[in-house]
Amino acid sequence: MPVEFTKEMKRSHTILSPDMFPTHMELLQAIFRIHGYNIAIARDEGKQVIDTGLKYLHNDVCYPAICAVGQQLYALESGEYDPKTTALIMFQTGGGCRASNYIMLLRKALHNMGMDEVPVISLSLSGLERSPGFRFTPGMMLAAIRAVIYGDMLLLLKNQTLPYEVNEGDTAGTVEKWIGELTEQFRRGRGLSRRALRRNLRAMAEDFHRIPREKKELTKVGIVGEIYVKYAAFGNNGLEKFLLSQGCETMVPGVLGFFQYCFANMETDRKYYGKPLRNVLAGNLMLRFADRWEQEMLHALEDYPEFVAPVSFDRVKELADRVIDRGVKMGEGWLLPGETAELIEKGYTNVICAQPFGCLPNHIVGKGTIRRLRELYPQANIFPVDYDAGASRVNQENRIKLMLAIARDEAAAVVE
Amino acid sequence: MFKLGIDVGSTTLKCAVLEDSGALVWSRYLRHYSRIAENLGKLLAELRENVPGEAMELSLSGSAGMGLAEELGLPFVQEVFAERVAVKKLMPGTDAVIELGGEDAKILFLTGGFEMRMNGTCAGGTGAFIDQMASLMQVEVSEMDALAERAEKLYTIASRCGVFAKSDVQPLLNQGARKEDVAASIFRAVVNQTVAGLAQGREFKGNILYLGGPLTFLPALRRSFDEVLETKGVCPENSLFYVAMGAAMAGAGAVRDLGKLEERLREGTGSGSYVACEPLFTSEAEYEAFRERHRRASLGITELREPAGEMFLGVDAGSTTVKAVLCDAEGRLFRPFYAPNHGNPVPLIREYLTSLYRDWPDIRIAGSAVTGYGEEIIRSAFRMDRGLVETMAHYTAARKFRPDVDFILDIGGQDIKCFQIRNGAIDNIYLNEACSSGCGSFLQTFAQALGYTTREFAALGLYARKPVDLGSRCTVFMNSSVKQAQKDGATVEDIAAGLSISVVKNALYKVIRCAGPDRLGKNIVVQGGTFLNDAVLRAFERETGREVIRPAFAPLMGAYGAALHALAHRGEETPGLLTLAELEAFTHKVAAVTCSGCTNHCSLTVNDFGDGRRYIAGNRCEKPVAGKKAGDHRDLYEEKLKLLSAFCGNAREEGKPTVGLPLGLNFYELLPFWHSFWKSLGFNVLVSPLSTRELYLKGQHTIPSDTVCYPAKLMHGHVEWLLERRPDAIFYPDMTYNTDEGLGVNHYNCPVVAYYPQVLEMNVPRLKETRFIDDFVSPADRGQFARRMTEIVGKHFPGITAKQVKAAAAAAYGSYEAYFAALRAKGEEFLRRAEAENKPVIVLCGRPYHVDPEINHGIQSLICRLGAVVVTEDSVSDRVEPFPVKVRNQWTYHARLYAAAKWVAAQGKRVNLVQLVSFGCGVDAITTDEVRSILEDAGKIYTQIKIDEISNMGAVSIRLRSLFAAVEG
Repeated sequence: MPVEFTKEMKRSHTILSPDMFPTHMELLQAIFRIHGYNIAIARDEGKQVIDTGLKYLHNDVCYPAICAVGQQLYALESGEYDPKTTALIMFQTGGGCRASNYIMLLRKALHNMGMDEVPVISLSLSGLERSPGFRFTPGMMLAAIRAVIYGDMLLLLKNQTLPYEVNEGDTAGTVEKWIGELTEQFRRGRGLSRRALRRNLRAMAEDFHRIPREKKELTKVGIVGEIYVKYAAFGNNGLEKFLLSQGCETMVPGVLGFFQYCFANMETDRKYYGKPLRNVLAGNLMLRFADRWEQEMLHALEDYPEFVAPVSFDRVKELADRVIDRGVKMGEGWLLPGETAELIEKGYTNVICAQPFGCLPNHIVGKGTIRRLRELYPQANIFPVDYDAGASRVNQENRIKLMLAIARDEAAAVVE
Repeated sequence: MFKLGIDVGSTTLKCAVLEDSGALVWSRYLRHYSRIAENLGKLLAELRENVPGEAMELSLSGSAGMGLAEELGLPFVQEVFAERVAVKKLMPGTDAVIELGGEDAKILFLTGGFEMRMNGTCAGGTGAFIDQMASLMQVEVSEMDALAERAEKLYTIASRCGVFAKSDVQPLLNQGARKEDVAASIFRAVVNQTVAGLAQGREFKGNILYLGGPLTFLPALRRSFDEVLETKGVCPENSLFYVAMGAAMAGAGAVRDLGKLEERLREGTGSGSYVACEPLFTSEAEYEAFRERHRRASLGITELREPAGEMFLGVDAGSTTVKAVLCDAEGRLFRPFYAPNHGNPVPLIREYLTSLYRDWPDIRIAGSAVTGYGEEIIRSAFRMDRGLVETMAHYTAARKFRPDVDFILDIGGQDIKCFQIRNGAIDNIYLNEACSSGCGSFLQTFAQALGYTTREFAALGLYARKPVDLGSRCTVFMNSSVKQAQKDGATVEDIAAGLSISVVKNALYKVIRCAGPDRLGKNIVVQGGTFLNDAVLRAFERETGREVIRPAFAPLMGAYGAALHALAHRGEETPGLLTLAELEAFTHKVAAVTCSGCTNHCSLTVNDFGDGRRYIAGNRCEKPVAGKKAGDHRDLYEEKLKLLSAFCGNAREEGKPTVGLPLGLNFYELLPFWHSFWKSLGFNVLVSPLSTRELYLKGQHTIPSDTVCYPAKLMHGHVEWLLERRPDAIFYPDMTYNTDEGLGVNHYNCPVVAYYPQVLEMNVPRLKETRFIDDFVSPADRGQFARRMTEIVGKHFPGITAKQVKAAAAAAYGSYEAYFAALRAKGEEFLRRAEAENKPVIVLCGRPYHVDPEINHGIQSLICRLGAVVVTEDSVSDRVEPFPVKVRNQWTYHARLYAAAKWVAAQGKRVNLVQLVSFGCGVDAITTDEVRSILEDAGKIYTQIKIDEISNMGAVSIRLRSLFAAVEG
C-alpha cells in the first residue's frame, strides 16, 4: 500500500507541485499556504528533467507526464528536496484519459527510485482519493478559483501588453508587482471577497493600461490545446516567447475555463447517463460562482478597449455546440474546439493547437475538429503542433512559421 | 540586381539566381552532408565565378535554413510558402502541388479553398527513407527507379512511417522477394503515406504539380502517384528549384555582398547551443584503457586454424547481415564469416560453403543449424538440420562464453533483444517494438549518407566534445533531431557520438524499461554487430554505470550459438547439408504469387531451389504450404468470429427501414447487443463486413489524425461501405462508458472508442447523405439505458413507443449475455481439453476489435501452429475476484487485461499470456507495465506484440518462439 499523507506530515512536509501555469502558480501556492500546506513548486527544466521522466516512466506515456512528473522526480533525485520531508501533489480529474493515472505513475516511479516513503497527494475536484492530512475543502476550491481568475487576468493583460511595450520590462515588472501584491493580500486574509476581486481586477487593468504602448499591427495568434502543453513553457518549448520573437500577439484562453468545463459536464452526465442529482447540484453551484466571478473580469476589461476580453463561458458552450457534442468530456473535450471558435471570432484567426504527441483525446477534439472548424470559419488558419521528448524544435518552429507566412500573406491580400 | 534564393534542406542545398525579369540565370543542386556552412561557402564561390555582380538580393529558405538565416542576419522565407509564390508565378493554372523532400512531405491545394499541409513529425523522412531503402537493397537510388519500372506485383508495406515500412521491407528481401517488386512497393508506400497523412479528405483534381528531389529523380515514383490519384501530374522544368526560386521571388530579400558572406561562412556557423550529453572519452589515454580492459575481458573462445574432427555449422541470417561459423566438439571456433546480406543471404552462404569445401575437402560436417530472420529460407535452401529462434541462439553462445551470465543484450541491425537469466534459465525477455527497430542499421545508413563507412563514422564520435542529445523515440525522430542539431552547429563528430548514445538509450529506456542498473544484473554480456562500435559500448557502460563484457566475436554470437545447438543435438539425425556437388548445381528461382486459397489473398513469395526443395513465405495459414487447413486448431478468436457471424446475415426485408452498423472498435463486442436491439424494433440490420486492406483504403482519405490507432482508422472504410448500400440510417453511438463488469473503479471506454463517432461525423462528408445516429448512451445501467434510448430512438424515428424500446433493450441485453455465455463455455471447453492433453495455452489479450483479421494479422493462427491453444482475455476475466492494481483501473476492456493476467499468474507453467497492442494505443502505455508486473510477480514471462496496419510476422514469431522455448527450457 502506498504511504498516506498523514496529519503530522502537514506540518513536517513540503508538498511539491510541478510548474504548470505561467502566471498562476504563486497565487495558488499562497492559497494553499493560508490553509497550512507548505506548497513548493518544482521549477527545474531542461534535459536532465526530461531524462529523469523518460527513465522512470513508460516512454509512450503522454509528454505532459514526462515533463511534470519528471520535474517532481528530478527535484527529489537531485537532492534538492529531501524525500523524508517531501510529499508530491498532482491534479487528477478522474476522467477517461490517461491523465487520471499520473498519480499511480508517480508512485510506481518513486518505488523504482527506492523512495516509497514519499507520499503522493491527489488533488481532485471530486475527491477521488483521500489523504488524512490533506483536504481540498469547498472553501479552498472557491479560493483557488478566484486565484485562477487573477492568474488568467494577468496572463491576458501580459499577452496583450508585452508585444507593444515601449520600455522593455514594464510588463514583466507589472506582472511581478501584482503577484507580490496579491500573495501579500492573501496572506493577510484579503483579496478573495467579491468586492476585493472587483477592485483588484480593475486596478490591474488600469496598471497595464498605463504602460506606454507602441502602435503597431501584429499577427494575432491564439493557442489552444492539451492543458499542460498549452500553458507550460517547459512543455511547449517556450511557445509564447517564440511567437513574441516572430512579431505576434498571442491569446491563450484562461485556466478558469477548464474548471467551468469540469463543472458543466456534471449536468451533461445527468442528461445522458442519469448521474445522481447531487453531483449536478454541486457542479451547478460551483459553476454559478465561477461564472459570476468571470463576469467581474469581463466588466473590469470593458473600460479598456485596447484589451480584447474573452467571451463568457456560456458563449463558449454555444460555440462548442456548433462543432462537437458536449458529451465529449475526456481530456479538454468540447472545451478545446469551443475555445478555438472563440479565438477565431475574436480575430485570432491563426490558432495553434498544442498537443502532446499521441494524445488520445486530441485525435478527437484537436485534429478531429479542424475540418468542421474550417467549414464554419473559412478564414481560420489552424495548425496542430505535436510536442514530445523526441520531437525537434526546428520542426515545430518551421510549421509555426508556415502558419505565420500564410497569415501575413492573407493579411496583405486583404489590404490590397 | 540579381535575386538569389537559397533553399537549405535537410540533405541538400538548392540555389537559384533570378534576373529582374524573373528568369532563372543560374542554379545549382548539391548534397551538403551535414556540413552546411562549408558547402554553402563552396556554392557561393562557384556562383561568384559564374555569375557577375558581387551584391545580390538574398533570401534563405528550407528546413535547415531557418537557424542559419537568423545567425547570418538574412531574411527567411518559409519553404512551403516560397513554393506557393513560385508556383503561382511559373505554373499559374496549378490546382495542387505535391512536394517530397529529404525530411518533409508537403501538399498545397491552390484552388477550391487554399490549404497547405506538412507531414506530422511521426511521418517524417520521405526522401531520407528512400535513400535508406536503397542502401538496404544495396542499389543506387536511380537503380531503384529502374527496378521499380520492371515490377510485376506490389506488396503491402506499412505506410505509417519510415521505421514501420523498413521493418516490412527487410523480411520481404530476406524471404527472397524480387527487388523489382520491392522497389515498386516502397514507392507505393511513400504514395500512400503522403495521401493518407496529408490529403485528409481533400481530393486531387485538375493540374497536379510534382516537385522536389525524389519526384524529380524518380519517374517510377511519379507514376505511382499518378496511379493512386488517378490523374496525370506534371514534373515541371526546374522542379528542384521551386523553393529557392520562390524565396528569391518573395521580394523580402536583403542586399548582401557575396564575397563577405562567403568569408563569414568560413568562420563556421552554429551557436553550439544544442542540448548535449557528456563526451564519451576526453583523452586518448582514457580510450586506450577502455580498449585494453575490453580486450582482456573478451578472451575466452579459441579460434581454430584448421578443422578438428567433427565440425558443426551455425548460420545466423540476420535482418541486415549474415553470419556463419563452425565449431568443433569442444566449441572451438573455426572460419568465422560476417557480411552485409545485400538483401539476399542465399548466394553468400552458398559462396561460404563452396569455398569451405574447396579449402578443406575432407571436412566432416556432423550437424548444422540456422537462426535469424532468414532461418527458413536458408534451412530449405541448404538442407540444414535444425532451426532455432534467435534468442536461444544468443543465450546458448553467451552461456558458453560466460557460464555465470545473468543479462544479455544483443543489438543487431534491426532488433534489440535482451534477456535476463535466473537459475540457468531465461527468466525474462525484452524485444524491441517496431517503433524502436532499425537502430543498428540506422547508424550504418546514416554513416553512408554522410559518406563514411560505419567504422569510420563510429570512430569519429569517440572524442566528440559535445555529443548531441537526439532523443530516443525512434529513428525518424532521431533523424529530425539531427537536423535541429545541424542548425545549432553540431559537428559530424557530435552527431556520430549522439547517435551511439541514442541507440543505447533506446535499448535501455524503451525496450528494457530499465530504472536502474540493478535491474539488469551483475554479469552483463553485450553482443551483436552494433556493439563492435566502441562508442556504443562506451555509451552503454556510461548510462548503466556497469562494466560489461563484449565477447571477441560479438557479431557472430548468434551463429556460434546455432553451431553449439547443432553440436548439442549431434547424432539425432543424418546430417543433411548440401554437398559440394549439390552446391555447384544449386539454383534459386523466385516467383511472386497471390494465394487463392482463401479470401485473405496473401502475397506469397515462392523460392524454388531446383530439386523440389521449395520455401514459401508470406502465408498467414498452412494452406499454401501444407495444401490443406491444419487440423487440430483450437482458437477462441476464430470461435468469436463464428459467434458474431450469426449477426452478419444482412437480410433485408421489403418494407422495413434499414439501419447500418459499422463492424469495428466496440461494435465487435456490442454487435449482438445492437443487432438484437434494432431487430426487435422491426428494422433490417446491415452490418459492414470484416475489415480488409481494400476497405481501409476506401476510407483512408478522410482520416484526420495519422497517429490514431489502426482499428479507429478502419472505421472510415466501414462507414463508406455502409453508405454505398444506402441504409436509412447508420447507428454508431458515442459511448463514454462501457458496461460495468465490476472489475475496476470505473467503466470507461478509451477516448478513441468513446468518441470516434464524433470524428466520423465531422470528417466524413458523405455521412450527410444519410441519418447518422451518434447520440450518447451508456449500457451500464439498464433502466437508464431504456429511458435514454427511448429519447434517442424517438428523436430519429417518431412513433416508436417507450414500451417497444424497453422490450428491445431487454432483447439486447439478453443477446449480449447469451453471446458471452457461449463464448465462455467454448473457452471452458478449450481449457479443459488443453489440460487433459497437457497442451500449452496462450491467453491472447487484446480488445474486442483485435478479433478482426485485418487487425490481428492472423497472429492467433501462428500461435496455434506453434502448438498452443488460444483463448481470449474476456473468456477468463470473469474467473477472478476484483483485486487491487497499482494503476487506476477505470476502463472496462483494460480491467479485463489485469484480470486475465491475474488468472494466468495463478496457473501452471503451461498457461501463458501474450498481449496484443495496437500502435498508437496510449492507454496501453499504462496497461502493458501493469500486466507485465502482475505476471512477473508470479514468475511468468510477459510477451507483448505490437501491431499496426501491417505486421512483421518474423518479429512476432521470434517473440512467440522465445516464449515457448523459455517456458520449455
